[in-house]
Amino acid sequence: MSTDSGRPEGPNEGIPRANTWLLRTEHRDQQRSPVSFKSRSTREIRNLQMRKNISHATSTIREKRKKVVSEVENWEELRTRAAQIKQHTLSNLDFYLEEYERNVTEAGGQVHWARDATEARQIALELVRESGAQSVIKVKSMVTEEIGLNDFLVENGIEPTETDLAELICQLAGDESSHILVPAIHRNRVEIRDIFEATFAKKGTLEAEPSKIAEAARQHLREKFLESKVAITGGNFLVAETGSVAIVESEGNGRMCLTLPNNVISIVGIEKLIPTMEDLEVFLTLLPRSSTGERMNPYTTIWTGRPPAQLELGKETPFNEKSYHIILLDNGRTRVLSDEIGKQALSCIRCSACLNVCPVYERVGGHSYESVYPGPIGAILTPQLVGDPLAGELAFASTLCGACYEVCPVKINIPEILIHLRSIHSDHKRDTVLGNIERGSFGVVGIVMGNTNLFNIATASVSRILKYGGPVLNRVGKYLPPINGWIESRTLPAAPKETLRDAYRKGTLDALLKK
Amino acid sequence: MKVAIFPSCIVDTVFPEAGAAAIRLLERLGLDIDFPLEQTCCGQMHLNTGYETRAKKLAARHLTNFTPYDWVVGISTSCTTAVREFYPQLLGPTRAAVGGTGKFIELSEFLLDVLGVTELQGTFAKKVTFHTSCHSLRGIHLGDRPQRLLGMLSGIQLVPLPKSDSCCGFGGTFSIKNSAISTVMMEEKLANVYWTGAEVLTAADSSCLMNLSGGIQAAKKPLTVMHYAEILEIATRQTQGKLSNFSGAK
Repeated sequence: MSTDSGRPEGPNEGIPRANTWLLRTEHRDQQRSPVSFKSRSTREIRNLQMRKNISHATSTIREKRKKVVSEVENWEELRTRAAQIKQHTLSNLDFYLEEYERNVTEAGGQVHWARDATEARQIALELVRESGAQSVIKVKSMVTEEIGLNDFLVENGIEPTETDLAELICQLAGDESSHILVPAIHRNRVEIRDIFEATFAKKGTLEAEPSKIAEAARQHLREKFLESKVAITGGNFLVAETGSVAIVESEGNGRMCLTLPNNVISIVGIEKLIPTMEDLEVFLTLLPRSSTGERMNPYTTIWTGRPPAQLELGKETPFNEKSYHIILLDNGRTRVLSDEIGKQALSCIRCSACLNVCPVYERVGGHSYESVYPGPIGAILTPQLVGDPLAGELAFASTLCGACYEVCPVKINIPEILIHLRSIHSDHKRDTVLGNIERGSFGVVGIVMGNTNLFNIATASVSRILKYGGPVLNRVGKYLPPINGWIESRTLPAAPKETLRDAYRKGTLDALLKK
Repeated sequence: MKVAIFPSCIVDTVFPEAGAAAIRLLERLGLDIDFPLEQTCCGQMHLNTGYETRAKKLAARHLTNFTPYDWVVGISTSCTTAVREFYPQLLGPTRAAVGGTGKFIELSEFLLDVLGVTELQGTFAKKVTFHTSCHSLRGIHLGDRPQRLLGMLSGIQLVPLPKSDSCCGFGGTFSIKNSAISTVMMEEKLANVYWTGAEVLTAADSSCLMNLSGGIQAAKKPLTVMHYAEILEIATRQTQGKLSNFSGAK
């Protein structure tokens, strides 16, 4: 693996200008309900079964990840390299996108540009219609969820079938996915058996055993693979120098989708580009270990343009023409790129390691975020992609414990971006009464904290409040916002004899010491 | 060597015993410790809650207050993290470096890495468990320094805390804004603490301890909660003669 950066420098160094095909964005999450993360999570956290399912699954993956990551001696070096590759590509995105388009076209594929969800969906629908298909099979893809593709296809008379087991479970149950990698993480095997029996399997025929459940799904999906004319995929990586798309999956369904139907349509976000095949090596080392805790990914399919048509033995004319289309999606990404701190989020390779270590995600599950991308990465990506003040509250769904940053294979400083987004969100607080009260209070506290005399008075007052008011507040505080959240499960600290600064000034430090 | 103490607002206001303990401990090791009275808040709360402009002013002021010192010893890992890890972003790397963020150091780093303490004469005959606060672990990367110091005391029984590295749920204003999640995280943390059978719960951060002791008191459990600086101070209070291999650097 080379560590030099012998890459072509992009013709336009820096950030691509936003005058070509950005200006509008549309995102499934723009239809977020006015219900806040706080109320959704307060409801979800009472679902003890869900918490048990998620806690079991994430702690298993966490342990596996830790073990296989510790085997790689130069793990930190690889992380740094991956971050560098992504930053380099994002800084020269215009150059690499054009290189990619050229190479796909040369290989017989067709590139389409979609500036937002509406355009991407429309292009996909037209391509499906051109092929004459009534149904499509799908490889698991976050971006098709982001643009709400499945619902749109159904509305237009096309039946999509998810072929990834967990996505299939969600599709059959009518659930939103709750994890990037393991969308049905909120379900256990008994619930999954019941979902299958309520849909395609006969009642009472399935055991709640993983192998039996998987076998039933295989049987169900095999027919779909063989009869489908069109497959729709996402893409984990786009390699600019060859015009390839790389798809990383564990079940073989992705490879079937790419090889069996004659028409393949990939929909991929523009941030998934990397310059070279050599760079892919770095990511294929980092991704499986970070996401599933596996040393190597089971099925990695790399696809370049249109595959050759197949000839029947002894004949000149091909019997099945193939086609390959790729829709490159912006949908807010170039806007994110213009934020110096926030743009790190575009380096994400969707491994979901941050979800698996997040103490908040573990307790509230993916649905609380009401976001295609849940967990820490969702909390920094969704507010930026959606650009909506309502989504900004997700940046507060974190204790800033930093566990996410520590495991991120591309070194996205998630806490840093969370703090940055909080600051942007606090500007929106002028729009609400409660927001203004908070702003005002922090303003006053800020003034007090910035002045030694006021600070002396304030700290002494806190001691006095705790001394005389503490016992009362501990009883009635549960009715007093904002301290009610604290008092419901905790007492206020006991009043100290005096503040440290007073004791230091008076020379009475020893009186403070515990016996 | 001019050394100042940076106890944090929470210690100054609510847990002054931790600050007093740190000062006395360092004095016993032969150092003069100043508490610059102009110090107020490092700005962490404003920064973490989204009030960057205000945080910036507090940060600049905070650095100025410690200009005359060679070392600024902190006993709150999240506040030391704010200065060392977040000031460069907040104020810009150059301004932060020139302002002296590099001389902000946590007590255990100061004792082990600067003073070179390898032994401490003191006794603390209790069963103790240590909560690794997020910022000690992932903010300023203290590793096991506080535990190593505690391990130097005789009579102490350090019991490992299961899932010690997971967050206690405090997160500053998170505990108010998302109190339901915060409460569940705190209760699961405390369940592990109770499971150890420890008599004393300690940590390198008084804000985590404020959260956890609030939960312990509400649950009426007979568990003592104190900063590890207090344990070191209590243990060495009666020591006659040489306290450590380090004996002053005036």
